[in-house]
Amino acid sequence: MSEDILALLKENVIQGRRTQDDEGIDDSMSGKPGVLELTQLALENNISLETIIMQGLTAGMQVVGEKFTTKEYFIPDMLASAEAVGGAMDMLKPHLEASNVATKGKFAIATVKGDIHDIGKNIVAILLRGAGYEVNDLGTDVPTEKIVEVIKEYKPDFLGLSALLTTTMIIMGEIIEALKENGLRDKVKVLIGGAAVSDEYAQEIGADAYCVDGFHAIKILDASQEAKA
Amino acid sequence: MARQGILVEPYQRLKPEQVERIHQASLAILTDPGMVCFNRTAADIFGDSGAEVSSIEQGGAACWLLKIPGKVVSEALQAAPKVVKLGARDENNCLILDGSEPRVHFVSGSETNIWLDVDFQTYVKKSDPNIAVMLPEFHRRRGTVLDLCQASHLCEHLETLDAFIRPVNIQDKDITEDNKDVNKCFASLNNTTKHVMVGLTSLKQLDNVVNMAKLIVGGEEELKENPIISFITCLVKSPLQFVEDTTQTLIEICQRGLPVVVSSAPQAGTTAPIKEDGIMAQINAEVLAGITLSQLVSKGTPVLYGTVPVRARLDNLNDSYGAPESSQYNIDCVQMARFYKLPCYSTAGVCDTKIPGIQSSIERLFSDILVTLSGPQYLHCAYGLLDGNSTFCLLQAVLDDAHFQMIKFFVRPPWVSQAEIDDTLKQVREVVATPQKLYIRYIRPMLRSGQLSMSYPFEGDEETDNVLALAYERMKQLLSQPVEHINPVTTSRIFQEIPGILPRLNVYENRREQ
Ligand code: B12
Repeated sequence: MSEDILALLKENVIQGRRTQDDEGIDDSMSGKPGVLELTQLALENNISLETIIMQGLTAGMQVVGEKFTTKEYFIPDMLASAEAVGGAMDMLKPHLEASNVATKGKFAIATVKGDIHDIGKNIVAILLRGAGYEVNDLGTDVPTEKIVEVIKEYKPDFLGLSALLTTTMIIMGEIIEALKENGLRDKVKVLIGGAAVSDEYAQEIGADAYCVDGFHAIKILDASQEAKA
Repeated sequence: MARQGILVEPYQRLKPEQVERIHQASLAILTDPGMVCFNRTAADIFGDSGAEVSSIEQGGAACWLLKIPGKVVSEALQAAPKVVKLGARDENNCLILDGSEPRVHFVSGSETNIWLDVDFQTYVKKSDPNIAVMLPEFHRRRGTVLDLCQASHLCEHLETLDAFIRPVNIQDKDITEDNKDVNKCFASLNNTTKHVMVGLTSLKQLDNVVNMAKLIVGGEEELKENPIISFITCLVKSPLQFVEDTTQTLIEICQRGLPVVVSSAPQAGTTAPIKEDGIMAQINAEVLAGITLSQLVSKGTPVLYGTVPVRARLDNLNDSYGAPESSQYNIDCVQMARFYKLPCYSTAGVCDTKIPGIQSSIERLFSDILVTLSGPQYLHCAYGLLDGNSTFCLLQAVLDDAHFQMIKFFVRPPWVSQAEIDDTLKQVREVVATPQKLYIRYIRPMLRSGQLSMSYPFEGDEETDNVLALAYERMKQLLSQPVEHINPVTTSRIFQEIPGILPRLNVYENRREQ
């Protein structure tokens, strides 16, 4: 029984079906339970949180990633799967907190002050949630003080900053300075992204990494997890 | 089920009164100066049907001047079928060409002498030997019958290609005037299940070719029902001359009742007036004269209104297919055919340049898009042709297939219905209420149901242009896919009953030897 649920969960992640109302890739599953319903069922059947995450959600995302690499899947497929997994992680969150199982980490993300571009940032947030990170999206045009405050209180492991304008990317440097002034720089890894910035710029302002896109970010984050382990 | 081609909302270049004016000018040309006819049978047929025929002499040859009255032309136009079926070995590949319906089908052709081989070589950068690039090398050579087999094989697998006209002239040592037609037909028919249109080299071979087709479909009636072959005849030599032998060919094909294209190919500036109205009045007169003859020979013969008008290149007086005017003439011709409600055999996609590349893409896309938009039922020349019509390259045909995917996508009609709008309003309201405000989730159903166009299939990585190399890979992949050959029993009957087919074309015998 539990194996069936996990196999279905994995398959539904691959199909990118968040709920029973989603059509998925080929309509073959329409009306049948999606990732959210199956996650609920898994909890009711006392399947361990770790098993749900590893054998259902993560295993599914792994296949999705492969299909994307081989160009069978497109970004919308990837996002549909990531949204489904993100939704499941939200459901699991209270249980994870209660049972002290660690998520992959807390990630705060923001588009910096003066910049309202958020398409890229939103995509990154969806992908990271889908990859098992707990994401706190602060929105766009976020003042530096607000970011400092969030780092102090919410204590994320990672801070993601997005800037698409050459005029707003300099704010990223200011944010890193502000973190230093508040003694927070070594508490959080800073990832930056957006059309305006580059690897060189990341080095110049002392960010930990520049990410071309969300997948790149996941690679960097997962690598730092492995280094920790 | 017939192949669908693509139905377009036709782009009209000529205003209705301009169409009417050209029609009247063509009728005027057919009575004065009239057509010069080098074929006696045709002259007699016209004479018996009310045309004024007088014997003249031109260049030492006996010929006749035909003054064809408008009434004879309009009766023929009425008799010509408005819908023509072109059959195929696989019935799902047949084409229904309806003169009133601007449904475009894309076709290969026409016969070139040169076959362009492609080969990729690696070049190393002198100043940095770590950097190497692959570049194509092109080799010209004379086409062979096995090349034709390959061309037919590839065309079988090109998704957008609806019918096959041989794109290469077979020039093997053992091909003679007496066995050329049977070999080119067999090579074509045996490697594609799509419709095959043939231009005859020797009228003596007509019955052998027709008999081969009968063997494949199972008999005479079956061939009438499913004409897997049809013919092209260029019976007119511009300006305004019926050629002796091809006119005879047209007469004999009409007697056998198979579909035939009556085609004229004037060049504006040399064999037709340089002005648009001039070449139009003349080419239309020429095609109307041919169609009239076809109907006088046999009322109801299925004919296509065929046009290959081009402008002269001013540096060498070659045909300039790349000139924008050539597209204008073609579009005008499509409109004239539609005026008569006859299916139109039109031309696009030939380029002036000699190799696949940027110029070839620009030149062919220009005419491909524009002429498609005008809605000819049968658009030929559209795959792989280079150097004005002298060279054929498989790689270019693969690129053309990708172009036509895009063009077919573009000409789709817009979907704006109340149901679509209701759905849209729901989407807008849903998305605006979410924190991310993205419509991305609605992409998927559109994507999976084929309602979205795909990226250019031969795009390179980063700053590299790998178009030709990637298309070459695709070409090899398509050629590695099997084709459904004519079955062994029919093949052996064809080899027994039709004289002259080269043994190396028998795929069953060759397989056994291997
Ligand atoms: C869409 C767009 C807009 C939209 C934004 C809508 C929205 N909801 O975001 C609108 C129309 C509102 C807009 C406005 C403006 N824009 Co604008 N805009 C763009 C455009 C065309 C695309 C950006 C985009 O969404 N790309 C798609 C996403 C998926 O890609 P992405 O954002 O790069 O994100 C990916 C990666 O970069 C990375 N990433 C991004 N952020 C992060 C963060 C982290 C932590 C990580 C890990 C990764 C990561 O991952 C993402 C996913 O793959 C760009 C052109 C360009 N080349 O980028 C111009 C562009 C950014 N805009 C530009 C300009 C000038 C403006 C305006 C100032 C115009 C004006 N005069 O009003 C205003 C800015 C207003 C403001 N204060 O911000 C310029 C900037 C030039 C410069 N000097 O830097 C650009 C480059 C266009 C140009 N060439 O002129 N814009």
